[in-house]
Amino acid sequence: MMSTKGMKKESMKLVEEPRIGVFVCDCGSNIAGHLDCADVAEYAKTLPHVVYVKENLYTCSESGIVEIKNAITQENLNRVLVASCSPRTHHPLFSSSCAEAGLNPYLFEMVNIRDQCSWVHMGKREDATQKAKHLVKMGVAKAAGLEPREEIESSLIRKIMVVGGGIAGLSAAQALSDMDLDVILVEKTDHFGGLLQSLGTLETGETAEDFLGRVVADVQRRSNVTAYTGAQVKSTGGYIGNYEVTIDTPEGEVTDKVGAMVVATGAVPLIPEGIFGYGNKGVVSLMELEQHLKNDTLEKAGFSGQRMVFIQCAGTRNAKREYCSRICCMTAVKNAMTVKKKYPLADVRVLYRDMQMYGAQKEQMLWDARGMGIRFDVYDPENPPNVEAGKVSYFRTVTGDDVSLETDLTVLSTPLTARQGTGELANMLRVPTDQNGFFLEAHAKLRPLDFAADGIFVAGAGRYPATATESRTQGIGVASRVAAILFKDKLVKSAIVAGIDPASCVGCLSCLPMCPYEAITYNKDARVCQINEILCKGCGNCAATCPSHSALLAGFKPEQLLAQIGAA
Amino acid sequence: MLDVGRHPNIELMAYSELKGLEGDAGNFTAKVLKKARYVDADKCTGCGACVEVCPTPVSDLYNEGHADRKAVYSWFAQGIPSTHAIDTDHCRVFQGKRCGICAKKCEADAINFDQTEETVELNVGAVVVATGYDVFDPGKIPEYRYKTLDNVITAMEFERFLSASGPTEGHLYRPSDRKLKAEKADLEKTLAKSAKALARFEKKHGMTSKNFLVALTTNTLELTDDLAKDAEKWAAKAKDHKSKDDRLTALAQKADAVTTAKKIAFIQCVGSRDLRFYPFCSGYCCMHAIKEAIIAHEHDNDTESSIFGMDIRAVGKGFEEYKIRGGNASQITYKRSRVAEIVRGENENPVLIYEDTAQQKIVKEPFDLVVLSTACAPVKGTQDIADTLGVDLDKFGFFKTDAANPLDTTRDGIFVCGCAHSPMDIPESVAQASSAAARAVQAIMKSKKAS
Repeated sequence: MMSTKGMKKESMKLVEEPRIGVFVCDCGSNIAGHLDCADVAEYAKTLPHVVYVKENLYTCSESGIVEIKNAITQENLNRVLVASCSPRTHHPLFSSSCAEAGLNPYLFEMVNIRDQCSWVHMGKREDATQKAKHLVKMGVAKAAGLEPREEIESSLIRKIMVVGGGIAGLSAAQALSDMDLDVILVEKTDHFGGLLQSLGTLETGETAEDFLGRVVADVQRRSNVTAYTGAQVKSTGGYIGNYEVTIDTPEGEVTDKVGAMVVATGAVPLIPEGIFGYGNKGVVSLMELEQHLKNDTLEKAGFSGQRMVFIQCAGTRNAKREYCSRICCMTAVKNAMTVKKKYPLADVRVLYRDMQMYGAQKEQMLWDARGMGIRFDVYDPENPPNVEAGKVSYFRTVTGDDVSLETDLTVLSTPLTARQGTGELANMLRVPTDQNGFFLEAHAKLRPLDFAADGIFVAGAGRYPATATESRTQGIGVASRVAAILFKDKLVKSAIVAGIDPASCVGCLSCLPMCPYEAITYNKDARVCQINEILCKGCGNCAATCPSHSALLAGFKPEQLLAQIGAA
Repeated sequence: MLDVGRHPNIELMAYSELKGLEGDAGNFTAKVLKKARYVDADKCTGCGACVEVCPTPVSDLYNEGHADRKAVYSWFAQGIPSTHAIDTDHCRVFQGKRCGICAKKCEADAINFDQTEETVELNVGAVVVATGYDVFDPGKIPEYRYKTLDNVITAMEFERFLSASGPTEGHLYRPSDRKLKAEKADLEKTLAKSAKALARFEKKHGMTSKNFLVALTTNTLELTDDLAKDAEKWAAKAKDHKSKDDRLTALAQKADAVTTAKKIAFIQCVGSRDLRFYPFCSGYCCMHAIKEAIIAHEHDNDTESSIFGMDIRAVGKGFEEYKIRGGNASQITYKRSRVAEIVRGENENPVLIYEDTAQQKIVKEPFDLVVLSTACAPVKGTQDIADTLGVDLDKFGFFKTDAANPLDTTRDGIFVCGCAHSPMDIPESVAQASSAAARAVQAIMKSKKAS
């Protein structure tokens, strides 16, 4: 964001006579294909205070931006309206471009004639054009009453709390520490390492113990990492750059201030209670097999090198739990290969629905496993395998016949599931979870490591099942997301925030429960409500609730909105 | 993209190539070749006036050859930077012909036919390799007849067809039908010309071409001297016109019957999981096939799709749910099968020959359109890039890393992310990119501390 600090004083002055520039975007054929942009632009010229109008092929293109900037200087514009697409995606670009040309960015207004006209009224060119004109007229009316604002600044604490000491959290701690940032690493159990502690070998062939040992030792020797085991986050408060955290540790309660937080709490494998004969002798979960392999106790579990059957998607990809857990196919293949290496004559079979061996290395594992003689066979989820006393029977879909396999050990590949307590932590941090109970990132594709809440990040299987390598990648990745904030001198944020006029506030507290960001507090001495501008996200709930109109949202004041509505 | 273009700390060097890298982590000297665009980046506003006047159409590879661009062009409308470039292989000026109209039209005076490439040296602390991938050429698979069947296309071509700004504006007109319409339009033009030529004869001799032909064949033509001179030429032209006209009538009939593609097949693992080409799984293609089938159905609710794959690998967050939704709401059928062959059927319909593994039967099934989900191939010239950087590739041809340090190449200070690392989807690429950035910062800070 372009800072308004240091802008010429006169640009901050309330400009008396609005000179509005209107830019109508064709969006190629996305808008112009469904409504008459030239007509909308002509119409805009007739509106009050409009002194310049331009139709662009793509207003957001570099050339479109240059045209806005040039018009601001050459036509002496003091308000800019762009009629194009969604403000959610493009408002920051246009407003900061205005700022680059010397116009206070809060004097920019935007109307969405793509989503609200060309998309929803596709095929009704006349009507869509009419509606676009109305929206532009309303936008112009609002723009005329806009006021310049100054962006809000706040300090940043160069310390990060990482919650979760598994491979994702450890990797994040390493990377952050390398960047000369202080880290508090909080692990709930007595040991660092998370799920990896239970594993035998990694898909690379290295033992998990060796790998973890190296990483944990490296984290523990770092002077700028404070690592707690047996500790839990008790409470958090504050905001990006200035969080206050309280941690319960074996040595007592610790409070500290951090600038950002990383959630790396991992996931837990499902215990397959009540399915596929689990609980009977000779039936184990994939994680239990992993531990038998690690501890060399396979024979105790009933397997002495003869027959082993894996059943994939045990307890997942069903009506109750729809998702694919991503890592179980690879884990099953890895373990099947370990077994086959140890017992070359063993009959090892994997019953599956889809072998999820995505990417280069995993598919190679599948080729290798087949080459070793491990047999893979498709079962029908509508007619799942039946496991009973040393036997797995199933309908083989590819050949259409019923098959019955003798087995000494049946291995149920169960999914990773959201850790218990995820919901409580999510509530404490005010971040969302998804329908499966995992943490929900800000954007599935473009912001996989961010939460929508500023200053809080997510890595590893707490977000969604991930391999050790993927978790490590994500852990390192959040470090650069954090650094992008904490390497700056100060935090600069949008001035579209609410304020409460203490002169008229009667302290009725109506606004307090309406604020989803807990940005409002009650000042007992002054007997008025107050807003923390850093926490405020400008949602306007308080302004809509306040019976005395003391709470006002910048850029959306009653007179501005009424002007807009009046033009409709 | 725009965010990157506008970022104060990022200098974009598009249309440039790394030519050398000396030094060590924390202190590399990179030689970068800035190729000549023949358009001055400081002056060009990206307005596109040059494109409008350029007389030379060139097959547009951004649209997978299904539309034309001009010899002066930008790769696509919202490209960053918006600076245009001149394609010297096609531009008339570079082909020694008279032109230069773009330079006359350009108000910014940005066209510069004398521009030369330049090599710049950059001092950098770390390098991130994000060179991406290439789409596998399915022409290498003879049994799918990609080169001979018009209506067998790649997923990337299908993407362009689905795009509102693509060659068909989002409508699923099949390539064979587009060819038919183009042929009809050409024929109409030719006929209009020959009609003019015939009209001259008709006016001169006072009879219609039709009557002339009838009289000629029934030997009832009264031959004046003038007519005798013209008769042979006129007859040839009139006959040619008639045969073309008949052809047009036939074409018009066919063209009238053309509808958009309603029944679509997607074939997965084209070039991937195939020991003849790439043994690996390309990771993202199952999802883009499902996405494309859902969008095709959104565009036209009569569309039904079959996705043929060995496994449907919906392994990302929300992917399995998306796959199920596609099956329930978008008329997608998932068929476990490796399609054996595609042959030509009636009405240019590709016919798939495959084993329906659920029914244990060999099936021959015609489709309107077949979309090939092509493999994620290591980008062309990867070995050269690796040689320049002094790093190793893995056995698949991607940049070599080790699982414990998943972003680090074999040379200190050089990191890799995205499909240059291995095939992966968007969220994974984005997460890796953040990680590579973190590794780069770590490397630079480490070397600063050491010195």
